[in-house]
Amino acid sequence: MDVISEFFSEYDGLQAFRTTIYLTLLSAVFALLIGTVVAVMRVSPVRVLQILGAAYVNIVRSTPLTLVIVFCNLGLFLQLGLSLANKDSNTFIVDNNFRLAVLGLSVYHASFVAEAIRSGVNTVPLGQAEAARAIGLPFLKTLRYVVLPQAFRGAITPLGNVLIALTKNSTVASVIGVTEASAVMKVMMEDRPDVLFIVFGIFAIGFVILTLPIGILFTSMSKRLAVKR
Amino acid sequence: MRQRIIAALGIAGLAATGLVACGDDTDAGSGSGSSGGEKVTIGIKFDQPGLGLKEGADYTGMDVDVAKYVAKELGYGDITFKESPSAQRETLLANGQVKMIFATYSITDARKEKVSFGGPYMVAGQDLLVRADNTDITGPESLGGKKLCSVTGSTSAQKVKDQFADTVQLQEYDTYSKCVEALGAGAIDALTTDNTILAGYAAQEANKGKFKVVGKTFSTERYGVGLKKGDTETCTKVNDALKKMVDSGEWQKAFDKNLGQAGLKLDTATNPPKTFDACA
Repeated sequence: MDVISEFFSEYDGLQAFRTTIYLTLLSAVFALLIGTVVAVMRVSPVRVLQILGAAYVNIVRSTPLTLVIVFCNLGLFLQLGLSLANKDSNTFIVDNNFRLAVLGLSVYHASFVAEAIRSGVNTVPLGQAEAARAIGLPFLKTLRYVVLPQAFRGAITPLGNVLIALTKNSTVASVIGVTEASAVMKVMMEDRPDVLFIVFGIFAIGFVILTLPIGILFTSMSKRLAVKR
Repeated sequence: MRQRIIAALGIAGLAATGLVACGDDTDAGSGSGSSGGEKVTIGIKFDQPGLGLKEGADYTGMDVDVAKYVAKELGYGDITFKESPSAQRETLLANGQVKMIFATYSITDARKEKVSFGGPYMVAGQDLLVRADNTDITGPESLGGKKLCSVTGSTSAQKVKDQFADTVQLQEYDTYSKCVEALGAGAIDALTTDNTILAGYAAQEANKGKFKVVGKTFSTERYGVGLKKGDTETCTKVNDALKKMVDSGEWQKAFDKNLGQAGLKLDTATNPPKTFDACA
């Protein structure tokens, strides 16, 4: 069982899971921002915005995440020269890869967030929007004060699903060298093939510890915050 | 309703016992088959130029040539190659999906817990690959402040950071080819792993003349033939076959064909290997 103490001391597994958490939380915030904008575009009365929103969702949603992440590094950084960190800093590679991974994860999950919010918008009865228009609110104010608050409360369950998927998908960041949990798992598997299944088990349990509370939290939130109609 | 459930369970139970019986049969069958000595499945890498590479239906590389020679000496006529990625090697051997593994498989104590090793059939060492016009990187000590690439899960880059230059920045990708791409684009300064693997990439058609191996090794990687734990019978035969391959000059021929062209110079004190580990 010394492999468990090695996980904490030699491989710094907790630091790896901390990176997983940072990656997940930052990406979740950006994905929520981008996703909300895209969802608003899709329900807006402007045809061009509707088309752009639908195109974003359909293109990004059907691209494999690994491709998106690899493109962020090999495409945006290596070929197009986009760097998200100070080039002279002595932690440039680590910072740049982490931010590129956040960018890729946010852009990818924003498409799922947008669809979750749009499904929430659909739970708001049409009469609500009509009533808002009747008292003279313009489109954005109708969204801001009437539709979106109810839509978010109706979309909590699918948003929770996206967050759980995002937590697990953050492991893809290891392909461009972000040292999150799955990267450390690969190192441990290379070093200690004699205890392969214990190593595997440690990381599986780690991810259950991360995702299970998210599931429970979002289920209880969806009950407490549901719009009573 | 209850009767139906019981019937369904009964059928499921029968089916399960049937499957178990089948399993026993096939096990016995393959056991007697291997003693006849016709077919064999060998694990290699599919993505390592110069060592084990799948090109269409053909397999090329040093690992492949050694595997073919050894299999022939052991009396096998029909070889099936199976891809054995690093993380799966021990499992593939343990459950008998492959008989032997020739896949840049360094002999280490942790691995000996799970598998037995024949060989070593080649002794490589960790080295650096740099752009051909680079002159300031002469070894691991001169990497301070530089950017170094390796693959996730390999400890070679971490070793450089810990032992030689703590100011080096590490880039890790999931494959070496991404490192080669980044090295060519100038985003990193050096790529580190075994010199055999580096030479294979440097000699690839698309990379000719662009990169060079520094040629100052700083570790010893003894490539062994992975075998099922405790299979001393095969291990002894493998070592005899390897000895014959070295003595007959076939080893040198295979090396010149696969890695010699890449300008790789291995430590001549240990290559070609003349002594092999005792089988246990």
